[in-house]
Amino acid sequence: MSEHPLRRALPIVAGLFVAMVAVVIAAPFVGATSIRFSRVFSRSVPFANNLDGQIFFVARLPRALAAAFVGGALSAAGVVFQGLLRNPLATPYTLGVSAGAALGAMIAITFGSAWPTGGVASASLAGAGLAVIVVYALASARHAGLSTTVLLLAGVTLNAFFSALILFVQYLSNFAQVFRAMRWLMGDLDVAGYAPILAALPFVVVAFVAFAWLARPLNLLSLGADAAESRGVNVNRAQRLAFFSASLATGAAVSVGGPIGFVGIIVPHLVRMLVGADHRLVLPASTFFGAAFLVVCDVIARTLIAPMELPVGVITAIIGGPFFLWLLIRRK
Amino acid sequence: MLLQADNVTFTYRRSDAVIDGVSLAVARGALVGILGPNGSGKTTLLRLLAGTLKPDHGTVRLDGQDLRQISRTALARRFAVVPQETQLAFEYTALEIALMGRYPHLGPFEVEGPDDVTRAMAALEATGTARLADRPFQTLSGGEKQRVIIASALAQLDDTPRSPGQPASSGRVLLLDEPTASLDLRYQIEVADLIRRLHAEREIAIVLSTHDLQFAASVCLEVVLLREGRILARGPSADVLTIDRLARLYEVDPAQLRRHRGLQMTAPFS
Repeated sequence: MSEHPLRRALPIVAGLFVAMVAVVIAAPFVGATSIRFSRVFSRSVPFANNLDGQIFFVARLPRALAAAFVGGALSAAGVVFQGLLRNPLATPYTLGVSAGAALGAMIAITFGSAWPTGGVASASLAGAGLAVIVVYALASARHAGLSTTVLLLAGVTLNAFFSALILFVQYLSNFAQVFRAMRWLMGDLDVAGYAPILAALPFVVVAFVAFAWLARPLNLLSLGADAAESRGVNVNRAQRLAFFSASLATGAAVSVGGPIGFVGIIVPHLVRMLVGADHRLVLPASTFFGAAFLVVCDVIARTLIAPMELPVGVITAIIGGPFFLWLLIRRK
Repeated sequence: MLLQADNVTFTYRRSDAVIDGVSLAVARGALVGILGPNGSGKTTLLRLLAGTLKPDHGTVRLDGQDLRQISRTALARRFAVVPQETQLAFEYTALEIALMGRYPHLGPFEVEGPDDVTRAMAALEATGTARLADRPFQTLSGGEKQRVIIASALAQLDDTPRSPGQPASSGRVLLLDEPTASLDLRYQIEVADLIRRLHAEREIAIVLSTHDLQFAASVCLEVVLLREGRILARGPSADVLTIDRLARLYEVDPAQLRRHRGLQMTAPFS
């Protein structure tokens, strides 16, 4: 008889996975110095003498993996935030996570010059954590459960407040610090080696386990809180889990690449056009698509005005702004 | 008794009692309408009966068991709720909505199997919406949307054994909050017919709230009149729905009510 709608879209999800893997492997071959596939994976030359291999594995692959990691995490977090807020225009940054992360990073850049490397990343993660706690406390203060309306208002207000604090911190900074801060805020994937990805990986793994469990409750939440409750979902618990896990993934992604914009909203929208609304498809599909999308954006950023490199956040914003407008006009 | 509320009281934070000592019994095969003015607590009472709200005092029992002692998923297999209106955040198809009724029957990471798809399709069939299975919910008319949501509720309550020989399923309840409120006459008739038919064909107790006197008189076997969180009267529809009682319920002048043109059409009132 009738086929399950999930099954129809499975080949698309599988295709997106293959595309992601292909893009991550192909991206390091694009760049100012050209390298050859046969030489990169050649076993006859020791790695210490294999220049192509070194460029591939030491210089470019970490960057491609960072792009995939950040793109996948931000896209999935975007899906979860949109489901939680029942609003397809929500982004991973709507609830103040990125503003908190940015404030933490600014403080580390300005006042933490003696800090070891990686200090900026951990400071941004701490800032994100602070924002999450404040927003959660506000949203649960006057209600038995989480009020998504208060959540939204608290997030937007906190975004503005933290932006003001960021300006304050920047006013106290010197030129070099302001330059570094600006670069961080643009969102850049120029990571040094695999360490930043490995440091952020555990957070994202935990978040994705929660996402897997949340996929079905998020479908029901789309019908409304009461409808979800009457179909057996503990709405309060599901909303809290969605908020914390999506914030965790966002905070971890931002600690690696800075607040790269628009990925978390463009990707879920395109994916819903491909596979429909079921979160059990949208979540994995957005993860794969988002990863591939940001890797491609980063390749464009590296090559557009070569030999200079643009921050990838500039590229996503240039693509994302008009896309957002097109979306608004289309959805009338 | 299938569903029994005893002396149930509920207050929202920082407001007066919304439900104030209500006792109510719903038998298997009942078709009960709850009538009352705006703010009388109809929706709150439905949510208390469904277990989505917990009473401050008193108990609600299903087959003698306190709802608080039944797990959410176990409850969801026997209770389905159809809200007044459903606004979706994303574009699900009608079949996907119907399949969501099967979620309480699945394990945490389990995916609906062919049997669930068959049951969801049967539920769409029963509400006359099978041909809309692949249509996005947002593109449906008000009456079609309401019927798809009812189909989802039916799929949720479909607990018939997968193979013969298993014990028969226990009593189930369908709660509908103002099922015809936002519908025009044609869709009102469609939904009323559907509710009558479901009641006749399936062993499901139905409790609904409504503002529509004619609908209550023609569809419901029993009515409960609710005013300021208390039961004003209850009993068979024909006995309870008198001009004087309705005048008291809605705080209007009986003479004025008699003169009201709309009521001349709703002939059953004496």
